[in-house]
Amino acid sequence: MERAFEIIDHTADVGIIAYGADVEELFSNAALALFSLITELESIEEKMHLDLKVNSDDRDSLLVEWLNELIYLFDVEHVLFNRFDIESLTHNQLKAICYGETFNPMKHKIKGGIKAATYHMLKLDKNGVGYKAQIIFDI
Amino acid sequence: MATWQGQLIKIDDYRWEIPQNYKTGMRVPGLIYASSEMLESMRDEQTPEQVANVAFLPGIVGYSFAMPDIHWGYGFPIGGVAAMDIKNGVISPGGVGYDINCGVRLLRTDLSEAEVRPRINQLINELFLNVPSGLGSEGKVKVGQKEMNQLMVEGARWAVRRGLGSEEDLDVTEEGGCISGADPSKTSDKAARRGMPQAGTLGAGNHFLEIQIVKEIFDPNIANIMGVTEIGQILVLIHTGSRGFGHQVCTDHLRVMEGAVSKYGIKLPDRQLACAPIESSEGQDYIAAMACAANYAWVNRQCIAHWVRESFSKVFGKSLEALGMKQIYDVAHNIAKIEDHTVNGHKIKVCVHRKGATRAFPAGHKDTPRRYKDVGQPVLVPGDMGRCSFIAVGTQKAMDESFGSTCHGAGRVLSRGAAKRSIRGTEVVRELESRGITIKAGSIPSLAEEASQAYKDVTEVIDVVHHAGISRKVAMAIPIGVIKG
Repeated sequence: MERAFEIIDHTADVGIIAYGADVEELFSNAALALFSLITELESIEEKMHLDLKVNSDDRDSLLVEWLNELIYLFDVEHVLFNRFDIESLTHNQLKAICYGETFNPMKHKIKGGIKAATYHMLKLDKNGVGYKAQIIFDI
Repeated sequence: MATWQGQLIKIDDYRWEIPQNYKTGMRVPGLIYASSEMLESMRDEQTPEQVANVAFLPGIVGYSFAMPDIHWGYGFPIGGVAAMDIKNGVISPGGVGYDINCGVRLLRTDLSEAEVRPRINQLINELFLNVPSGLGSEGKVKVGQKEMNQLMVEGARWAVRRGLGSEEDLDVTEEGGCISGADPSKTSDKAARRGMPQAGTLGAGNHFLEIQIVKEIFDPNIANIMGVTEIGQILVLIHTGSRGFGHQVCTDHLRVMEGAVSKYGIKLPDRQLACAPIESSEGQDYIAAMACAANYAWVNRQCIAHWVRESFSKVFGKSLEALGMKQIYDVAHNIAKIEDHTVNGHKIKVCVHRKGATRAFPAGHKDTPRRYKDVGQPVLVPGDMGRCSFIAVGTQKAMDESFGSTCHGAGRVLSRGAAKRSIRGTEVVRELESRGITIKAGSIPSLAEEASQAYKDVTEVIDVVHHAGISRKVAMAIPIGVIKG
């Protein structure tokens, strides 16, 4: 894929459009887009990793839950990630290894807080070249 | 985004109706409070579509309302009000919002501008030290699981019991600072883990703490009862909510509601409107969890108000009594409440969703605090950072027409991204300082997102609700010092 993701404007909030040749890449790019809203991705080093399992009812809500799980981890554990190995992905379950490091205020410039991934204007489509998803965040 | 092309029927200069036949599935018409000048930007933003979508929700009575500060939200518009009959209606977390009980507390003082101006920098620095703010800030109150469970149930009283404020504060807080029916077992461990370290923090984003001076008094009698007596008098406004805790409660229950929508066969035009019947277990669980988050937010504002008072006391070397630092009122801007209202001549119990809207009960209402029983419940309407804020009161007209509700603030017109592109944070600081406003912020670049240009003028918003009669304006104040997370 040429582009991994782009950031879109939304009056009260902020959104992303993520791309992927397959669903795994789409989920990984959506997570990268999320952390790009929080800080500079280049400033995150791979110093630790975390196994993550997320369940949901369908693929659309799985995407929202996956991003919400990462938002929760940043809020509570203060961890930033910049690489995601999606180990398995079904329509209602995702297993991934997330690589990154603990937030360090001396090193990571915080661009903004992201409080939740919403279902608002949520779109996940497949086209000729791959997958595309739109997610709006509450900030 | 294309301009919204639907029909808006003019009722009078401040009321516009979206007819029920605009879309098949609307159970009631929409009613937008706005001046004709405001309509264009509302149409550009597609917000009337969201007002129409809310009208689909089962059990909605009267109208799907939009206040003049309405802007596009997720599912429900921000500035939306919807009342559902509790017998056959639904409750929707989207109709409350993520920041449950985001709200405003206003304190008065006996200080004047002349006394505060010379010490404004010292005061702002002291407040910045004393009130934890900014992203990921952690509170000065130590809250473990046990304390968390207590404060979810007790609300603001939990803080008062610890010496953070007085009983008198509770008398002038909406619901006495505690919604009953809070059940911590309906909140997740995740929510508690986000909430515990953040109790007693201001947060970031659009939350702020402002030192203001009274600029104009429109109704001296009512202002007097509030302790607002002089032009140039110093007030302090605190704007914050339930932090990560409220967000997690909303996120968790939206997920449950997703399932409930199909379980109960509810047809929705937008997934973010997910809801469940009020009387269902899913609905009741959300109400119990929402009450926990609302109570957490009141604890938050109670703690912050105390530290604000401490800071003033330290800087001016006087006791709180000598400074006259009394609370005027504390209102919720994002909440759902079970209330008694009269619909078509019948008294019924409804669940009033107020998302970016304020309760505006009239004089004589049983829930209007004793101090204000003859004038109506205070309504606190902050503008954007650096413009102005209003104090108003609720009216009988609001009770008769909008389920005792009115506007809550300015309402965005520019996205955060667009605001950042049009102005830099450092320019915002310079601009505010040129107008005599001292600012201290955790993040200067993100100040641009909250620049005045990004918001509607709150003066126009308040004029609409005043002329429409759903609240009466009492006083206006402008900031001289701002703290942002």
